[in-house]
Amino acid sequence: MLAVVWSALPIVFILLYALVTLYMEMKVAAHMQDRLAYMRTGWHGTLQPFADILKLLQKEDTISVAADKKLFMLAPYVVFVGTYGAFSTIPFTSLYIGSNIDLGAFFIVAVSSLVVVGILMGGWASNNKWSIFGAMRSAAQMVSYEIPTALTILIAVMITGSLNLQEVAKFQEGGIQNWVVFGGPMPLTQKLLLIPFTLVTFLILFIASLAEVNRTPFDLPEAESELVQGFNTEYSGMRFAMFYLAEYANMFLVAAVAVSLFLGGWASPFGSFMSGPVWGLFWFVGKGMVLVFLQIWIRWTLPRLRVDQLMYTSWKVLTPFLFVCIFAVGIILVL
Amino acid sequence: MIEAKTLPTSYVTQPGEIRTSSGKTLHTDEMIINMGPQHPSTHGVLRLEIVVDGEIIVDVIPHIGYLHRCFEKHAEHMTNYQQVLPYADRMDYVAAMNMEHGYALAVERMMKIEVPERVEYIRVIMAELQRIASHLIAVGTFGIDAGAFTPFLYAFHDREHILDLYEMTCGARLLYNYIWIGGVSHDLPPQFIDKAKEFCTYFKPRIKQFNDLLTFNEIFVKRCANVGVLPKDVAINYACSGPMLRASGVNWDLRRDDPYSVYNRFEWEPQVGKGEMGTVGDTWDRHIVRMREMEQSVRIIEQALAGIPVGNVQAAIPKRIRPEAGEIYARTETPRGELGYYVISDGSTTPFRVKARSPAFVNLSVLPEISRGAMIADLVLIAGSVDIVLGEVDR
Amino acid sequence: MTAEEIYKSLKTRFGDAVREAKLDARQPWILVAWNSMKEVALFLRDDPAMQFDYLMCLSGVDYNDGRLGVVYHLSSMVHRHKIVLKAQCTKDNSHVQSVSAVWGTANWHEREAYDLLGIVFDEHPDLRRILLPYDWEGYPLRKDFKVPEFYNGMKVPY
Repeated sequence: MLAVVWSALPIVFILLYALVTLYMEMKVAAHMQDRLAYMRTGWHGTLQPFADILKLLQKEDTISVAADKKLFMLAPYVVFVGTYGAFSTIPFTSLYIGSNIDLGAFFIVAVSSLVVVGILMGGWASNNKWSIFGAMRSAAQMVSYEIPTALTILIAVMITGSLNLQEVAKFQEGGIQNWVVFGGPMPLTQKLLLIPFTLVTFLILFIASLAEVNRTPFDLPEAESELVQGFNTEYSGMRFAMFYLAEYANMFLVAAVAVSLFLGGWASPFGSFMSGPVWGLFWFVGKGMVLVFLQIWIRWTLPRLRVDQLMYTSWKVLTPFLFVCIFAVGIILVL
Repeated sequence: MIEAKTLPTSYVTQPGEIRTSSGKTLHTDEMIINMGPQHPSTHGVLRLEIVVDGEIIVDVIPHIGYLHRCFEKHAEHMTNYQQVLPYADRMDYVAAMNMEHGYALAVERMMKIEVPERVEYIRVIMAELQRIASHLIAVGTFGIDAGAFTPFLYAFHDREHILDLYEMTCGARLLYNYIWIGGVSHDLPPQFIDKAKEFCTYFKPRIKQFNDLLTFNEIFVKRCANVGVLPKDVAINYACSGPMLRASGVNWDLRRDDPYSVYNRFEWEPQVGKGEMGTVGDTWDRHIVRMREMEQSVRIIEQALAGIPVGNVQAAIPKRIRPEAGEIYARTETPRGELGYYVISDGSTTPFRVKARSPAFVNLSVLPEISRGAMIADLVLIAGSVDIVLGEVDR
Repeated sequence: MTAEEIYKSLKTRFGDAVREAKLDARQPWILVAWNSMKEVALFLRDDPAMQFDYLMCLSGVDYNDGRLGVVYHLSSMVHRHKIVLKAQCTKDNSHVQSVSAVWGTANWHEREAYDLLGIVFDEHPDLRRILLPYDWEGYPLRKDFKVPEFYNGMKVPY
């Protein structure tokens, strides 16, 4: 019984976080575009996310006649399961981690690949040429960008010495200078040598995570201007809400991975001041939200890449950089 | 009566056959995809039938006519020439002043009317403001096609100022019925000139901000460079005009080369594409030509505001518009290109035939030529860079 | 070149194919036989002294006396001169030779003239309707056009 409650806590978090992020996305986008967003539902539009969710829930559930019913209905849930499964190994605070396995980082990469299967199912089952296009592009994109993601995780693991994310977070306790992005708690010479490579690695992880979540500049699978919403086209109402929720959960997941591996997880940047299990939750969620805000900011600023340029970036730019970083970090650690 | 079924191409596909609407049969690895008429990025009701091999386009067949509102037939049934003007507005609703200007010019030439100087200056100011407004929509929606949503809203913010100026003068924001045959309908209100000068000083740094955000962004340049290249000879053969022609390297602008109104009194330069970020005549060139044309328009407006004479704007409006029998073809430079009105008069108060040669119609016809071999993502950009307004294409 | 010179040059080269001309009008025009349009067009585009490389407009006209006409407005970007060509045919035998092989822009303009007036352009690569639906019957811009009662079961005048 307790295990059920323990494993259901992340979903409570995801639901609350989704409401906040919906509001944040709308307001941040609006203020960057020189306009105000909703101002009438609640004070400055704070009740709007509730209204949006209510609207989605009460919509008619249409499934096109020629669609593959079982796959069509299953697809959103597969996508969500793929994301939620990975939440089980994220350390929200020093006292809470869904499942404290020793293979945490590897598990995350493996389970979040399930999202690709879900998207392909959704695109294929819609029986719509544009959805298939979107699904194919998305599959190609996500699979290609798993490689830079896995390599950055490898680099962080090399520095911290463990795949278990709780251990990685403990490793970075003691202040901002111990964060892996600034070299980790190493002797000074090693640290200074490591810093350029860890900074580059963190940047590449951020870029690759944008591609994993299908956000601009990598949002070709959902490109509104071309594909009318891509693999999402035929979905409406509750199923669309599921896809949407899965996308936001995925956003936080990749932000959480980046935070745990590179930005200190739940460790306070001031060392022992403001640290402890409850403060840990605050720091973790705060850092995660900063990265989510960055993702939203970039989405509304940059145009999108074309599919072949996307592939080019992954295979010919990010991966070679990461190979160099792996070599360099490996050599520095051995010295 | 010629029946459609006796023509070589029939529209009925036989069983077991896959054919495009223009009759070409497909190879086995090709697929027909339909984009539109309802589509978030086709700038109106345009249907593009795309024959693709994977992601590479083999052929594009545009289908238009979803917005055909019988402008030419209406013009023949009006009681007088003046009544055609609101219909001319509604053809290209985004650049309505230029459409009216072209028609008024054609009829005035037929009737040999000389309009007062003040009217010419007002027309130039309105036409150039409209050019800026239209280009703002063009570059804004082009940004959306490429995936950048924010520049569109910045462009519309600036466009609001122009629409305020129009509302101050003639009461309408989009469809004006302002430029009449022989004059304009209302004189400029007293605060117009100051507000317009304010707008010009406000707008110049905004163009730079827009360029920083979108035009010189690395991702945008990579998307647009070398895409949809329109060679010079193809452009001339297909009678492209406006920014499409100038971006291909042809230095041709009707305001300078076939002058009308008082454009020859102002100092400004037509902008030509130079292939700075790729090949001459690609989509980036068309985009930068439009951005730079807006700067030149601001120059013209400032000069016109400085030199506008006083006068009565309604002095030359004839009581009865009855040109003698004859015909005329008059062309002006709208934001999209060369707009021509071919007006035939039979001596009565009703036009006998009004043919509107719309620039977007002609520019769109070159789309299949320039998009073979591109990808679907590129096709959206190419169609966006042609800058079509379906109201004008279909009339 | 002036309109007189263009007319003389065409007359010497094509003789009877060039029917009449009105050279003192505001915009001088030359009437050419409908079955030699393409030859004349090729000459006008390629001859070094003429070089009419820009077809500004191609319009169909119904003259309300049994004749249909096509009017070509040409201009030259090189020499900066303009000329108007005309071709005429009757309503019963409304054929004109197509110039879409000479100027690419004529393709869509001729489709529009066919669509609205029923002028059939010989040798056009793809003569279908362009503005009206593909199965519409009738040619609306003709002066004697009667609006049909029904189109595909929908009542037309409302």
